[in-house]
Amino acid sequence: MTYVKDGASLERSKTDDPMVPDLYEVKSLLRELDDTFTLTVSLPGQMEQFRFSPGQFNMLYKFGVGEVPISISGDPGATGELVHTIRNVGPVTDAMSYLRPGDMIGVRGPYGSSWPVEAAVGKDVVIVAGGIGLAPLRPAILHCLNHRDQYGDLVLYYGARSPSEMLYEREIERWRRRGLHVEETVDHAEPSWTGHVGVVTHLIDRGDFHPDKTLAFVCGPEIMMRYAVQALTDSKVPDTQIYVSMERNMKCALGFCGRCQYGPVFICRDGPVFPYQKIAPYMKTREI
Amino acid sequence: MIKGLEHVLDVHPIFAGMDQETRHLIAGCGKNVVHEPGDYFIREGDEANVFYLIRHGRAALEVHVPGREPIVIATAGENEVLGWAWLTPPYRWHFDVRAVEQIRAVSIDAVCLRAKCKADPAVGFAFYKNFTPLIASRLDATRLQLIDVYGQPKAAPEPELESGPPAKPAPPKPADPQ
Repeated sequence: MTYVKDGASLERSKTDDPMVPDLYEVKSLLRELDDTFTLTVSLPGQMEQFRFSPGQFNMLYKFGVGEVPISISGDPGATGELVHTIRNVGPVTDAMSYLRPGDMIGVRGPYGSSWPVEAAVGKDVVIVAGGIGLAPLRPAILHCLNHRDQYGDLVLYYGARSPSEMLYEREIERWRRRGLHVEETVDHAEPSWTGHVGVVTHLIDRGDFHPDKTLAFVCGPEIMMRYAVQALTDSKVPDTQIYVSMERNMKCALGFCGRCQYGPVFICRDGPVFPYQKIAPYMKTREI
Repeated sequence: MIKGLEHVLDVHPIFAGMDQETRHLIAGCGKNVVHEPGDYFIREGDEANVFYLIRHGRAALEVHVPGREPIVIATAGENEVLGWAWLTPPYRWHFDVRAVEQIRAVSIDAVCLRAKCKADPAVGFAFYKNFTPLIASRLDATRLQLIDVYGQPKAAPEPELESGPPAKPAPPKPADPQ
């Protein structure tokens, strides 16, 4: 491993080709949902040097099939393994869903910008997640909980399609016990569900937080993020204090190929986490 | 009228901006009610002659489907308004409503309120003005639910494969950062 991590930047030794992945060994694959699994990989003996910031992503290579960008969903304070929660949505992720302990995959990263957890010190943090969007936020949640005394109120509003499609259910209970206020909602449910039913923006509307001293992190389907941001600004959270994580198809992850260009920025290099204010005009622009 | 009831109306957002006299008039149509967990206190097709200001607890709006469990399509909780079928003829409920937790609420007799609105159009205007945004927000929320935002998108193609066997023909799927 030759990464020397400093914040969101990344350096490689001059002899390394940044497009060549390192070989990681699969430690475990946990089925989270019907179409979602958590892959834990390790680079034996060298993981101590691997550092990432919450919100960053890796390029994961299933040899013989292809490479995909996947957000890191592990604990940034823990070393020894890399954790990714992956939704099976195409040939590459489908092939990854069959990985077994001992199999090898390629990893390049970490790449991209991160959730501003340092800037949030002393403030309330409102996290809005939709569906698989909870996975890129998990490192930020774990970071805040690991440093619980540095933050004000920690709130998670989590929306999913149905109760059986909610990620990290058991872990969310542990987060509650560690001081995270969690409100969950689903689009529809069966009668045994005792939580909210409705859109996640509704939780924001009736939320109890201090907008002036709040930083909001939003991740989920883009359409959900648009409405969530609107609900946050309607609740008087300044748009300078809202951050969103964007996604687009990527290829190089280094800002060279332009595949993930979004208006004037590249999602891989300038994102995936953006201050909302920076990309607000493009989120409202069709065909980008 | 119980003084506590008027206080509830004084602070409830649905009555924001109404003068004290109007709120007092509306409070005359209200009473405190309690529904225990599991109680179905609204049934689809029944006459809708009441609405609720929920003070504590949560209610589930359900659609019953023959041969399967009911589907919960929305919930209403503390400080929310439950029910607007009483606003428009033929004043019929469109869903069942079950108490998920014990519910303490103020129920407003809609027959009484409609009569007061008819007798004094200024009251009617004030009330409908405050109630319409609630209906609009419910409609917006329903539209968002219809979009199924958490479903797998169908339009975005996965990046071309660089090596290995060609992908099996399959519906295009994204391979974006997750």
